Order: sequence, then structure tokens, then C-alpha cells
Amino acid sequence: MATATEEPRTRHDAGARAGTPAISLEQISKAYRSGGEDVQAVRGIDLRIEQGEFFSLLGPSGCGKTTTMRMVAGFESPTSGTVRLHGDDVTGVAPHRRDVNMVFQSYALFPHMTVFDNVAFGLRRKREASGEIRRKVAEALELVELNGRERTKPGRLSGGQQQRVALARALVNRPSALLLDEPLGALDLKLRQAMQMELKRIQRDVGITFVYVTHDQGEALTMSDRIAVMNGGRVEQLGTPAEVYERPATRFTAGFIGTSNLLSGTVAGRSGEVATVRIEGAGEVRASCDAPAGARVDLTVRPEKIAMEAEEPAGDRARLAGTVTEVVYLGSATHYTVRLGDGSEVVVFRQNASDAASAAERGETVWVSWRPEHAYALPG
Amino acid sequence: MTTATETGPGAPDAGASATGSVRRPRGARRRPDWGKYFTWTVLCWLFAPIAFMVVFSFNDIAGRHNVTWEGFTLRWYSDAFAYPDLNVALLNTVTIAVLTMLIAGFLGTLLGLALGRYRFLGQSATNLVMFSAISAPEVVLGASLLSMFLTMNLAVGYWTILIAHVMFSVSFVAITVRARVLTMDPSVEEAARDLGATPLTTFRLVTLPLLVPAITSGGLIAFALSVDDFIITSFVSGSTQTFPLWIWGSTRVGIPPQVNVMGTLIFGLGVLLAVANTVLARRRSR
Repeated sequence: MATATEEPRTRHDAGARAGTPAISLEQISKAYRSGGEDVQAVRGIDLRIEQGEFFSLLGPSGCGKTTTMRMVAGFESPTSGTVRLHGDDVTGVAPHRRDVNMVFQSYALFPHMTVFDNVAFGLRRKREASGEIRRKVAEALELVELNGRERTKPGRLSGGQQQRVALARALVNRPSALLLDEPLGALDLKLRQAMQMELKRIQRDVGITFVYVTHDQGEALTMSDRIAVMNGGRVEQLGTPAEVYERPATRFTAGFIGTSNLLSGTVAGRSGEVATVRIEGAGEVRASCDAPAGARVDLTVRPEKIAMEAEEPAGDRARLAGTVTEVVYLGSATHYTVRLGDGSEVVVFRQNASDAASAAERGETVWVSWRPEHAYALPG
Repeated sequence: MTTATETGPGAPDAGASATGSVRRPRGARRRPDWGKYFTWTVLCWLFAPIAFMVVFSFNDIAGRHNVTWEGFTLRWYSDAFAYPDLNVALLNTVTIAVLTMLIAGFLGTLLGLALGRYRFLGQSATNLVMFSAISAPEVVLGASLLSMFLTMNLAVGYWTILIAHVMFSVSFVAITVRARVLTMDPSVEEAARDLGATPLTTFRLVTLPLLVPAITSGGLIAFALSVDDFIITSFVSGSTQTFPLWIWGSTRVGIPPQVNVMGTLIFGLGVLLAVANTVLARRRSR
């Protein structure tokens, strides 16, 4: 609570305590007892989330992302490790004494209260003056474009509007961090995309740290400044959307984020950063890889980085020959599946531009190629 | 509406045929709505005894037996409290019912909350006891309660009736409240905690208001059960009279129309409460 008053109103400048992360998790673990056996939900996570950052915890269900967030909010206490908010250890502190607010997946609005009373709930707990409360609630409702609905009960609002009330109810308290637990999960696709933009705008406007839990990689890539990809209670990779997408560090990340082609081979030789990898039965390609000669590696290439031609391309592009086995037309793009000489398949995305080379057909023999630096070796 | 849209500018002569097509084709008879008749039959069946009670409270009888219609009078209403014993019995019944509603409402709410919210040692045993209290035959409950009170050297009377009524109606409140707790989104309370409410404030401002409909209906069930309980009450009443006990006692000499009058008044009060509850619930949800 003391932190709340010390902190400056706007948090764009983290000037008050420069360098202190908004949230830091140190070796956080959480084990549950469920049905007589211990379930390790979170296994030693270290994270530093900076002031004003839009940070996403991305992973499949059961990866520990929601548990991690609930430990930040105070609804779960870690089995071991430390949670810090602005440098203060809050590990054992009750949720109502923490300067973070949460937007729940089910919105969790108070059904018996009007929109105004819902949004004013946090301010009233802080015993703010009623004039202040009215001003701040109006401001918050304006931010989420819901002014004029103050007297409505949540049950009379649409899903998207309820979502906005939940957001206003949390933001009105100007928490040092806002935790969002799959807040867009219950909305339909169009509304979800609109809300993604909206959330990003609101986050930029208020400058509050957002921690966003989602299993939707598209959502995480669209909105986040940084993403922690989680799997099996651990952080698999931490980085900007471009980093985790372009340079997946693990096989899991490569598979979970976007579509990814995996090619298995052995390092045949190397020159500096670039190694030549032999893919048995398909040929040799060059890729950025630091494994020693003779090591087995998995290469990953994103589908949109792959070019597909009828003739063997010239130059230093990595190239393999294959047969088109499937063509999926998606309107703006076409997805091709090409079977290589070793039996593995690669997916190629091609934009349907008007001047695009003539489309390949099933059964056609084609060359797939990419620039060597677009293929990465995954560890293991 | 159909005609208006179909006779738009594009179809100037469609009006006549459109109205024709809205109607049923001639000859196809409307099928009787059996569901509606069945509903009304059931309703009449349910309300017939109450209607008889109300009608016979206006029966102008000369003798002791209020069984045949002899003419209309309001005299029993002005003489409603002519039997002092009946007044005492009615007062006992009403006060016991109100106290039962309050005590069973309070205990049942706590019980329902605990059963719905927490896992604890003896939980399934508590569930079992609760359901057996509902399903056990009243004679058995009455007899065992009486022997218990006698063993404990408690003088049977008003207070033992109250204890017995609370005992058998608390389960009904607990079950209604538990059902509500189980369907409540736990994150609503978490949201309150998250917004700075202490556990006690959360209970007062969020949990309790959300439970109010369940507590009210549980309490009303307890009230109703208490008002008309006869079997258990007859075991543990000693010399204390309640409304049902008094009626039972008077059957041998003929039930006076005052009983119908009081029955009608109690019923009217019940209807008023139910209507008020519905109106309030509707206003709450708005």
C-alpha cells in the first residue's frame, strides 16, 4: 500500500525507482496436491518485468502461466521463491494488500452492482472522497468507451462491454501492474481482434505494466513488448515477439508459435557462423548453427521464408527438391506442403499477389529454397 | 408487420395474397393445446383445497360442523379471535416459525457455505446427516427427539418445539445455500479481494448479497415447514399448543370456522411474502 502513494501518477517514466522492475519473480515454484499426488505446476521461474511493459506469458493450457500470474496477484503462494513488486518482497502478502489488479477470464463482475459501483469498488476500499470517485470512474469508463452505462447492471451488457467494465474496474485504481488472465478468450474473433488493438492503445495511454496470460500466440505476438513462452512449468524462451518468432530457442517454441518446418540432419562441415547440414536423402543445406561437425541438429525454417520455384535457384540459397503433396488456398495466401527426398514435409506460404509466379499443382516437382541465415539449428 | 413488408413498392398487388398466407389454410383445424389444459388441470388440483378453505371461512353455519355450505357471512372474521386457546396456539406457531426461520436461516447459511466452499474432515458425514434429516420419517425423528429431551431432563414445551423445528429445517436452508455457493463463480470473490477488500468486507459486500436469494428461499421453506409441522411437534410439545395441534384436537368436536379464517390469513400472508420476494428479486436483477 505504501508503494501506491510513493509512486508517481503516470508510470511512463520509471524515474522514482529507475532500474527496479515492476515485477520480479525469483526462483518461483509451485506444487499442488491433487488427488493424492503432487503436481508441479511451476518449476523455478525467474522473470523481471519492467515498468510500463506489455508482457505476455504464453503457453498451452497447464503450462503454469495462470498459476504464475495468480502468485503475482497473491491468490496462490509459491512453494518456494520470492515475488517482488517494485523491489518489495510481497511473497506472503494477502491479495488485498498488493498494488496489482487483475482482469479475470470470466470478468468476475459483481452481478448485483451497477457498472458504476463495480468500477468504484476499489476506490471505495481506499476510502477516497466521493467526488474523486465520481471523477475517476467517469474517466475510466471514458477510457473504455462505456460512459453513459453507469446505472446498468453487468447482466444487461454484452460480453465485449462486460470485458471493458472489468478492465475499467481494474485500471481505475492505477495499479503498479495490471494482470490479465486470458481476458479475450470468451469473445468472438472480430471482437477479439478489435479488443487487442484497444488493449494496446489503453496500455500506451495509461502506461501501466500489463502482464497478459494467453494461449493464443497471435494475441501475444500482436500486443506484447516481450513474451515468455512457457511449457511444463518452465520458461522456454523469453524475448520480443520478433525474437521468439524469428529465432525460436527450443523445439517447443518453434512448434508452438506459428507454423514451423523441422528438418533433421547432421553437421557436415562449417565455415564461421554457417554450417553445412546434410539431410539424409534430401541433400545438403547451409544454416546458421554453432554445433560441431558430426553433431545431429534439427533445423527450423518459417514457411514464409521459403521460396518455391520450378527451376533450381541460382546463388547461395539453401535449396532442396521435393514434390508438392497438398495445396491449400486461403484467399490472401496459399499454403503448399512439399515432400522432400528424406520423406519429411515442409510447409511453404506464398502470398497470392497478382504478379506471383504461376501456382504449383499437386504432384509437381519443385525446388524450395531459403537464405541460409533464415534456418536455425535447435538444441537437442 | 408481415403485410407491411410484403406490400412494399416492389410488390403492389401482393397485399391480398400475403394476408391470406398469414392465416391458416381453410379446413386445417387448430390442434388443441393439450399442454395448456394439462397445466390448468394441475393448477386447479393444487389450489382446490385452498379454495375450499377460503370459501368455507365465509360459511354461515349454525351448528358445530363446517362441512356443508349454508350461506355467506363475514361474522367469523369479526369473531376471528373468539377462542383464547386458538389464539395462544396461533401465536406460538407464528413465533416459533419466525424464530425457526431466523435461527435455521443463520445456521443453515453457515453450514451451506462450509459445505459448498471448503473441504474438511467430516464433510461427507455432514452431508449424509443433512440428507438423512430430510429423508428420515417424521415419526422416527419425533420419537427420538422426545427420548433425547427426556434423557437430557429438558422440560418439553415451547423451547423443545423450537429446537426440533430448527433441527429439521436447517438442512433445507443448508442445501439451498450450498447449491448457490457451488454455482457461484469463485473469481467474483477473488476480484473483490484483488480490489482491496478484506475477507470480511468481501463477505459483506459480495458473498452475502449473492447468497441472499438462496438464504431467503431457504428461510421461507423453514418458515413453511415450521408452521404446518404436526408429527414431530406432537411428540415434543408437552402441554404447549400450536395451530396444527389445536386443529387436530378440535376435529373430534368439529373444527370452528375461525380455523379457516386463520388459515386464510396465513395463506394470504404467505402469498404476500412470495409476491414481495419476486418483486424484489426482479428489481435486484435490473
